Amino acid sequence: MTDYKMKPVEGTVHFDGAQSTKGFNFNKMCFSFNNEDARQAFLADPEAYMDQFKLTEDFKQALRDKDLNKLLELGGSIYYMAKLAGIFGWNMQVIGGMQSGRTTEEFQAYLDSQGRGKTTNG
Amino acid sequence: MAKIIGGITTSHIPAIGVAIDKGLEDTPYYRDLFAIYPPIREWLGEEKPDIAVLFYNDHGLEMWLDKKPTYAIGCAPEYQNADEGWGIKPIPPVTGETELSWHIVNHLIENDFDPTVCQDIKVDHGATVPMTLLWPNHTYQGIKVIPVAINCERHPMPKPSRSYAFGKAIGDAIRCWDKDQKVVLLGTGGLSHQLDGPRAGILNADFDNWCMDKLVTNPEEITQFSNVDLIERGGAQMVEIAMWLAMRGAMGDGIPEERMRNYVSPISNTGVGVQLLIPQD
Repeated sequence: MTDYKMKPVEGTVHFDGAQSTKGFNFNKMCFSFNNEDARQAFLADPEAYMDQFKLTEDFKQALRDKDLNKLLELGGSIYYMAKLAGIFGWNMQVIGGMQSGRTTEEFQAYLDSQGRGKTTNG
Repeated sequence: MAKIIGGITTSHIPAIGVAIDKGLEDTPYYRDLFAIYPPIREWLGEEKPDIAVLFYNDHGLEMWLDKKPTYAIGCAPEYQNADEGWGIKPIPPVTGETELSWHIVNHLIENDFDPTVCQDIKVDHGATVPMTLLWPNHTYQGIKVIPVAINCERHPMPKPSRSYAFGKAIGDAIRCWDKDQKVVLLGTGGLSHQLDGPRAGILNADFDNWCMDKLVTNPEEITQFSNVDLIERGGAQMVEIAMWLAMRGAMGDGIPEERMRNYVSPISNTGVGVQLLIPQD
């Protein structure tokens, strides 16, 4: 049999077929947030909106808690979770901090510590 | 015959699009990044390509998980974009080039690549941010665009070596198209970044610069890596180098001239590389 198993990478959930299967309804809900009316409908009544997409209680609770790592573990895809940013007023540094246990400022400093000074122009 | 006049690699991160919308190009945070674009625009202005073949990945605007092509090619006369949920402004539609699109599709199928063929797709920031960077203020009316999408969202993703080979086949198709047209290739996305999980925020400037070196001189060294090798070195979204490899594959086997390079890290959560490569006849 072809070996297609991906090597684990610490601190990372590979978004593969198994995850995509578990997370389909949740990611489908997040996909709907491309539409402004959908974002407003979620904000007006998050519980009803989550029911409409048949989210499991695990997903509902993780979203109530804004526990992004839990959402990833359950089958969320970061590309769809990013659409929550528009609803909750986050940017990618806020999201990065929430997932890595840092404040937004600490997360920004972590990014800067790896990159700044390595700029090349030419 | 059609001629490939150059290849441009560029980031497509949404924050760059937002920075343009807000007029932040000359602020300290963005200045080094935007410095590379005026000379590239000058080159585009002098060379006047007729067509841009644009490699990008869809991030859940048109191709979401329900039907997610591994490779897809636009064959539409026009491409709209739309609200993606977090505030980047849509731009006016870009014009397609259906005759070359179909030529590429026919050539690919004859050469054992089987992409999804799209006659009506919206393109997302993966395509619109590069268009805005290279032709600001919606000045892209003079150029026709063929978007080529690569799955970078859900595993299994195509192997880096496959995307390079896919690009090679597209390059061969362009070069055998019987029209006197100038084509520029755009490889968008990357480089090191990871948006998701406890490991979010990792960057690898040394690996990014190694990849930029090898993209010019020996791209096959990059294609030795699996996607998970890339994830280990440059984060979960380092896999977006697939679009750079496809672009470089399309340029052909000779070593191109590296006319310009810029690398800034971080912009948003990403190591941002830009290169202008000119194929040598």
